[in-house]
Amino acid sequence: MANVSIKGLQKLYGTVEALSGIDLEIEDGEFTVLVGPSGCGKSTLLRTIAGLEEISNGTIAIGDEVVNDMRPRDRDVAMVFQDYALYPHMTVFSNIGFGLMARKLPKPEVEKRVKVAAKMLGIEKLLERYPRQLSGGQRQRVAIGRAIVRNPQIFLFDEPLSNLDAQLRDEMRSEIKRLHQDLGTTMIYVTHDQIEAMTLADRIVLLRDGKIEQAGSPLDLYERPATYFVAGFLGSPRMNFIPGKLASSGGKHSVKIDGGLSLPVPHEVPASSKKDKIVLGIRPQHISRAGGGSVRNGHARLNVKVELVQPTGSRAYITFPLGKTVVMAELDSHDVHKPGEMIDLDFDMNRAVLIDPETERVI
Amino acid sequence: MVLAAAPRRRRRHRLEIGRYIFLGIYLLFVLAPLYWMLITSIKPSNDYLAVPPVWFPDKPTLVHYVVALFSYRGLRGLINSLIISLAATVLSAFIGSLMAYSLARFNTGGKHLSFWVLSQRFLPPVAIVLPIFLIYRNAGLHDTHIGLIIAYTVFTLPVSVWMMYAYFRQLPRSMEDAALVDGCTRWQAFWRVAMPLSAPAMVATAVFAFIACWTEFFFALVLTSRDAFTLPTVFRAFIGFQGALYGEASALAVVSLAPSIVLGILVQRHLVRGLTLGAVRG
Repeated sequence: MANVSIKGLQKLYGTVEALSGIDLEIEDGEFTVLVGPSGCGKSTLLRTIAGLEEISNGTIAIGDEVVNDMRPRDRDVAMVFQDYALYPHMTVFSNIGFGLMARKLPKPEVEKRVKVAAKMLGIEKLLERYPRQLSGGQRQRVAIGRAIVRNPQIFLFDEPLSNLDAQLRDEMRSEIKRLHQDLGTTMIYVTHDQIEAMTLADRIVLLRDGKIEQAGSPLDLYERPATYFVAGFLGSPRMNFIPGKLASSGGKHSVKIDGGLSLPVPHEVPASSKKDKIVLGIRPQHISRAGGGSVRNGHARLNVKVELVQPTGSRAYITFPLGKTVVMAELDSHDVHKPGEMIDLDFDMNRAVLIDPETERVI
Repeated sequence: MVLAAAPRRRRRHRLEIGRYIFLGIYLLFVLAPLYWMLITSIKPSNDYLAVPPVWFPDKPTLVHYVVALFSYRGLRGLINSLIISLAATVLSAFIGSLMAYSLARFNTGGKHLSFWVLSQRFLPPVAIVLPIFLIYRNAGLHDTHIGLIIAYTVFTLPVSVWMMYAYFRQLPRSMEDAALVDGCTRWQAFWRVAMPLSAPAMVATAVFAFIACWTEFFFALVLTSRDAFTLPTVFRAFIGFQGALYGEASALAVVSLAPSIVLGILVQRHLVRGLTLGAVRG
């Protein structure tokens, strides 16, 4: 087990900067998820940690040792690849034991460790088979087996679940989480799937265009996004962004949107951030059907006309216009019945964010 | 519907018969010369050009084989050809694979080196045969196995490199990456993962190289004389001013055909896979 310390990392492909100024400290035993849209550099970052890509500037240290010039085999890391990367010409046993044999461990020891790993993943009966005789889920287990059998300091996962169907993905996700709890080894996991990121991570590192946009605990990023990008990237359905103007009177702030509507801003707004134009961000989950009684503190109540209803079972996504913006809310399925209905909605403004459209930063 | 089905079936039936007739004619076209060669090799000399033609000799003989192999040193040519072709094939496939791997994985030589390698095939051999002859004579390589092995390796390399290059380019890198992380050096990743996976392509490449070496005549003619001569050069002796030794020529042709046929049968399965692997992305 070991911590990973990355300082000022830069990766250039010719003149194209794939990663720039990456500073990241990953604690021993932490489950870190690198997440971001495709092309943001998350896989490249993982590959530089594995040693499969050389870095242009900066340092990567595993434990206390700088590994910049160290070959992948000497870094004591194990990696699970998106396409499993099993060796098609070897049996499952040889696939799992390959790393141990390459390191010239005695045969009985290899056998023992392969069997332990196989048992852990429930694939003991498949050891004599070839990868082509396995299903997608089984292949993924073999790939994970190949990683754990070596008992490495760090596990690296490069979108390991993206080739699996939805049900299997859920299953394997839980298994990876359990694996982390059992082994307690440092894990770094790349995904573009925010559900995977939220469910697995101790800490999420969100990348954009080769830079770290925000790093923190999943709830931190979800509830206190630092930028417009983070706010929009995490959460499903996506956060609503409603352009408006910031107005203040008597020490109280509100956002005025098209159509003369006004939504209160319960928290303090720093004087420096008092911009005329502003974007209000509110998640669909924070808009609910208003009950009877008075409006709670920090909440706003608006009467809206439902345009579209998308039931998903227990919940229903509804869309409605607010000024010129189409806004989505996630309600209980029984709260709404058909398009065209006029309903009262409660906006929890305590959990809304204000974004400066120029800097794209959350105020 | 039932009424309409009958003529359609008849039409399909006729089409089927037409197809078989076409295939029959094609087979005749392909096999007739081979049959004629085989028969001529066991015909007594008088029957070569007899009218009407002799389709099967009354008294088959193996004398042409004996004459071609021993009196005309055909056996020596056969052995030389085997040594030279096999050695050049192994070298070409091996060196070609290494070059191709380097081009595919490390982009060696930038954009243009791979095409430059192929461009070496554009050169007509006659343009370089004299310089090579002079170099070989001075270097003591003339009329040696080594000399011809080197020449053949060099001539077959461009195609070997390109066939393997096409294959390695479509082979996912992640398996080698996995091997590197698992504890292999770059060489081990190549040797233990990339090479076993490229066996079909390697077989196809080797077959091409072997056939090219086995049938090569021009360089063998110029670069060898009494010792390292190959099978194709032996055929010269059968056509003279007095006439042609059809029986001996046919006998040696049958002998020279054998390795290609055996090879073809042995590697047929790999050959088809190897040739299509570069084209189809998995």
